[in-house]
Amino acid sequence: MEVVKIENVTRVYQIGKLETRALQGVNLSIASEEFTSLVGPSGSGKTTLLQMIGCLDQPTSGRVIVNGKDVTKLNRNQRADMRRENIGFIFQFFALIPTLSAYENIEMPLLLNGQGAGERKARVMELLKAVDLTDRANNRPDQLSGGQQQRVAIARALAPKPALILADEPTANLDTENGRQVMDIMQKLNKDTGVTFVFATHDPRVINYARRVVTLQDGLIEKESKPVKK
Amino acid sequence: MIQTLKMAFRDLGRNRRRSFFSSLAVGVGLAMLILMSSVVTGEMGGAIENAIKLQSGHIQIRAATYDENKSSLKWEDLVANPDEIANQIGALSQVKSATPRLYASGFLSSGNQSAGAKITGIDPLSPANDPYREGVISGSYLNPDDRDAVLIGKPMAEKLKLKVGDNVALSLNTADGNVQEQIFIVKGIYTTNTYGFDGATVFLPLIKAQAMTQTENHASAIFILLKDTAMTDTVIPVLSVPANLEVKSWKDLNALFVEWEAMAQSYIVIFYMIILAITASVIINTLIMSVYERTREIGILSAIGMRGGRIMMLFLAESSMLAVGGVILGLIIGVLGTLYFNVNGFYIGNMGLSGIVITDTIYAKLTMDNLVNLTIMTFVVTLLSGLYPAVMASRMQPVAALRAEK
Repeated sequence: MEVVKIENVTRVYQIGKLETRALQGVNLSIASEEFTSLVGPSGSGKTTLLQMIGCLDQPTSGRVIVNGKDVTKLNRNQRADMRRENIGFIFQFFALIPTLSAYENIEMPLLLNGQGAGERKARVMELLKAVDLTDRANNRPDQLSGGQQQRVAIARALAPKPALILADEPTANLDTENGRQVMDIMQKLNKDTGVTFVFATHDPRVINYARRVVTLQDGLIEKESKPVKK
Repeated sequence: MIQTLKMAFRDLGRNRRRSFFSSLAVGVGLAMLILMSSVVTGEMGGAIENAIKLQSGHIQIRAATYDENKSSLKWEDLVANPDEIANQIGALSQVKSATPRLYASGFLSSGNQSAGAKITGIDPLSPANDPYREGVISGSYLNPDDRDAVLIGKPMAEKLKLKVGDNVALSLNTADGNVQEQIFIVKGIYTTNTYGFDGATVFLPLIKAQAMTQTENHASAIFILLKDTAMTDTVIPVLSVPANLEVKSWKDLNALFVEWEAMAQSYIVIFYMIILAITASVIINTLIMSVYERTREIGILSAIGMRGGRIMMLFLAESSMLAVGGVILGLIIGVLGTLYFNVNGFYIGNMGLSGIVITDTIYAKLTMDNLVNLTIMTFVVTLLSGLYPAVMASRMQPVAALRAEK
């Protein structure tokens, strides 16, 4: 089943008189349970493409269909609802709310979804266990290491049981060991829960985890491949 | 909602000093409003009561032709048989005291010093004249049958360098337009703590004043004090007076003061607005700084699906917490400050306002109405101040917000 369908998407940024074409007519389809990597040099359009899929930005032209719904036709609040219900995000800079504990950060999307207290608690504890942070539940982000923070971010992304998780350079701010741990967890969750992962990276070690690699160059898909495991 | 409040509270806790000073700004603003309002209420209320007690009474009965500014002593401008009318009015249950008074213009001279004076003939035994009797600070009060005694105010005594027992020449106009002069002895010096009144008013026993001015059994006015100022409008219609007389209320008699009070109230509203504007700008500044510092967080909240309205609520919750903190601080500072000035007063000295009877010390008076209104006004203004930063936060594009520097 298709989770994401990108049809001839362009994204043009106008900065003063300067026009930058971040995406120049991208077509892409991502099926359910995929573990796909978007790769390419800086400025190739990886992050922009993730933002389009994640309803964080709107294309200049073309269509983006997520979970069967054309998100380019949604208004601001509907896109927020779409993100809350269907899409999880993992960012390079961890992106946790600094005033909330690990538990509360994971709980936040469930609160926004209006889930009951008992249901929320069970889900948060389940996720803390899945990312091996049960003993860190009450710690705030500044009391956690980078790897632990990224694991909390993964748990938060998974909390509302989304159809799709988008990760932008998820290991860029982590050392090798923590990067490996994070990728292992993502891979395991993909296998165990069937949630679709799409991640942008230029770290070769991360690319090796992907089952499908989409290479972008100058805002266009240059090629698709399967990584060669060493 | 609880989570939003919790987040808002913790966000404020991130920069405790800034949050404290922002709340303090609201608090100081409210405290100033409370103090200003209390001082104005104390001044206005006190001054009106003072003017009624000392100068106008609640009601006066005068000849319709009487011109206060000229202190006319022509018989046709005076009230004939004033004791009879005063006794009738004094019998009414709402009336505390009704007494005739005679006003004449004149001047006092001693040595080479002289000063203009409003000569007031009073019945020394009437309770309406208790403020002057109680205000005697040197010598003694007048008796009805004194024939060469005057009671002068402290500022007049200082100006003419007079003390009790000294002789003073008093000249005044008479009913037929001549000037009569006589040497009097300063029997007493009084103060009502009202510089303008004390510096100009000289008291004589009514009978002596009538004799000297040749007005015989006439008075300028029947001075009426009621048991309560609020009774004025109900008492006036039941007073029946001869056709040549008219009834005037304290509002008519203090028209200048009433007008001045209305003007002062308008000015005070401008001061309120200035204080509230300063308070609002502090809150707006604090929250805008907070929005800029947390731009990336706003992007994260938006990315995980928080709608703009909820982001707005988060910032409004912060401004309401600043408002609550500020209002509590303001109430403590404002009420304590008001209590201090209620007990010790606020010395203003001689305001030099002619026609307006203001004591030299104002005692702050806080009314529950003012306290509640000012508190609500400050709270609402602080909340509204949070609206612009909150809207700004809610309208941020998630992509741009996520791109912001941490």
